[in-house]
Amino acid sequence: MSILVDQNSRVVVQGITGKEGTFHTKQMLAYGTVVAAGVTPGKGGQKVEGVPVYDTVEEAVRREGVNVSCIFVPPPFAADAVMEAAAAGVEVIVCITEGIPVLDMVKAADFLKGKSSVLIGPNCPGIISPGKAKVGIMPGPIHKEGDIAVISRSGTLTYEVVDQLTGAGLGQSTCIGIGGDPIIGSSFIDLLKRFKEDEGTRGVVMIGEIGGSAEEEAAQYIREAFPKPVVSFIAGQTAPPGRRMGHAGAIISGGQGKAEDKIAALRAAGITVVGDLPDLGQTALEVFGR
Amino acid sequence: MKLHEYQAKEIFRKEGIPVPHGLLAVTPEEAEKAARAVKGPPWAVKAQVHAGGRGKGGGVKIAGNPSEVVSISESLLGNPLVTPQTGPAGVRVHQVLVEEGLDIDREYYLGMVIERSAAVPTMIFSQAGGMDIEEVAAKTPELILKESVGPATGWMPFQGRNLVYKLDPIPGPGVIKGIMAVMGRVYEVFTRLDCSLVEINPLVATKDGKVVALDAKINVDDSALFRHRDLVELDDPREKDPLEREAEEYHLNYIRLDGNVGAMVNGAGLAMATMDVIKHAGAEPANFLDVGGGADEEMIAKGFEIILKDSRVKAILINIFGGILRCDVLARGVAAAARKTRVEVPLIVRLEGTNVEEGRKILKESELKFLVAENLADAARLVAGQV
Repeated sequence: MSILVDQNSRVVVQGITGKEGTFHTKQMLAYGTVVAAGVTPGKGGQKVEGVPVYDTVEEAVRREGVNVSCIFVPPPFAADAVMEAAAAGVEVIVCITEGIPVLDMVKAADFLKGKSSVLIGPNCPGIISPGKAKVGIMPGPIHKEGDIAVISRSGTLTYEVVDQLTGAGLGQSTCIGIGGDPIIGSSFIDLLKRFKEDEGTRGVVMIGEIGGSAEEEAAQYIREAFPKPVVSFIAGQTAPPGRRMGHAGAIISGGQGKAEDKIAALRAAGITVVGDLPDLGQTALEVFGR
Repeated sequence: MKLHEYQAKEIFRKEGIPVPHGLLAVTPEEAEKAARAVKGPPWAVKAQVHAGGRGKGGGVKIAGNPSEVVSISESLLGNPLVTPQTGPAGVRVHQVLVEEGLDIDREYYLGMVIERSAAVPTMIFSQAGGMDIEEVAAKTPELILKESVGPATGWMPFQGRNLVYKLDPIPGPGVIKGIMAVMGRVYEVFTRLDCSLVEINPLVATKDGKVVALDAKINVDDSALFRHRDLVELDDPREKDPLEREAEEYHLNYIRLDGNVGAMVNGAGLAMATMDVIKHAGAEPANFLDVGGGADEEMIAKGFEIILKDSRVKAILINIFGGILRCDVLARGVAAAARKTRVEVPLIVRLEGTNVEEGRKILKESELKFLVAENLADAARLVAGQV
């Protein structure tokens, strides 16, 4: 089992005619994902990798019945693309774009309130339900079908974690990069709630990093309402305060968002926190069992 | 991007937020001229550096006569200023702001930031102004008041009333009106200039009933600079580490740290985690370097050169999990940099992911001496062996 995307997902790629959009459309198709449509305003009628291109998401929904979007639109136009997908009724919106102005995301987040669409990202690698569908930019072959979920604020760090899990013989139900920006569509808690209901998931690996308080909030939720075992890692234990560590959201500011505080909150909630990243696969195996 | 106080005050002045009259000086002679043009005594002489905690570091001083303005300026200009936020080496002061002194009755704190979990801008207000707001939040959280702003409506006057009528004592009507006006304009500045922070600490009420922004801090969202060309010109590269400045030109995410093991990684999360691995192995990271997913050979070469330029680096760990960035591109970049600059420190390479075999082959054939790490645990062991 899995959450958000599976073999029944019909994907629309927004920004399909751009370099990134085209490259990853090819990769997603190769993984077996059903990419049913692309959208680039003004390029309707073209085809990319055999996928029909439309001018609007509304048209792609009407003609191709797409229900999942993957966005590669450049930063100045990306928040608009998110809102377009939500207005067209797309159920799951995955925004890969990095560098969207924060106040654009304030508007987009406000627009999404009260709508049924789920936004993942922005500034994220996307979602993969191994063996079923890949909606994003992660390398497919490191994943393995299984029953461990991965939720992470990072991209390549998630690949490292998945690689260790696969190496330890632990396959994955769904792996989700929630994004490295200050404002993201779905929090750890939003997704934990879904994994709680997913019968195909028996444990969760949660990868956090410095900045904000999403990990602390997740720790509290897990303590109160999440029955499945959780293994966690927090990146940035050696990060200096006041500096933006690559991700726009990875900054210790005003004494808030330190790795040690997050680790303490997670441990207090009974969560196994891996101190040294190379130990993650082995620790996960000990906690989850085979 | 951070703005200097004088730049932020210039913006405030244009937006109708009252600020003290003041002039910028880059030499003691200019400071003396400024003192004659600005109302005083007293005058405030304020070092213009991005680092916070200037007051505690002696970067803000009061002068009773023009010759004191000169002597304070002489002691600040051209010298490093050490504040609680700068580290022991401090930052060099290139300019001072000479301002009129005000007769202060009360000091408040006013700030606006993005509240991440609610995804909205939030106004923060406190009667504990002029102090370290983090300390106030930790010791007397009840003195920190907040109002979140709905993006559709913007800042509403009732929200200002909610804040000012919680003050103890409640100020007179003139001061209330003044504070509420500043709040509305702070929201305007915050949203129109795509700020990540607007902070006035302190916002003062003077004895003659005026409300004035005695200090001003503006940070702009780097992601939004494409639509604020005029603000980009306010950037002061002197405030940055020379290696960081160089990295910025090549669109590399590089942050210099105090350790001795350099690191080159793709992806911010993995780069942070690699720093942590170095620390766990018993060493200290010398830098954060995320070459990103879209790096080409030239960017990789440049990143590697920047690490080599840091004389404190005693070993280098390259940790790449190839996805969008292919391992062969990485290998070619490293080999190119090594042809230009001699690599005299041990190099540990861990490659995984897209085109890994080709990448390993290129490095092997490059004359470059390096240790191969099979996985992250192996990389950690090899780092530990070098320190």
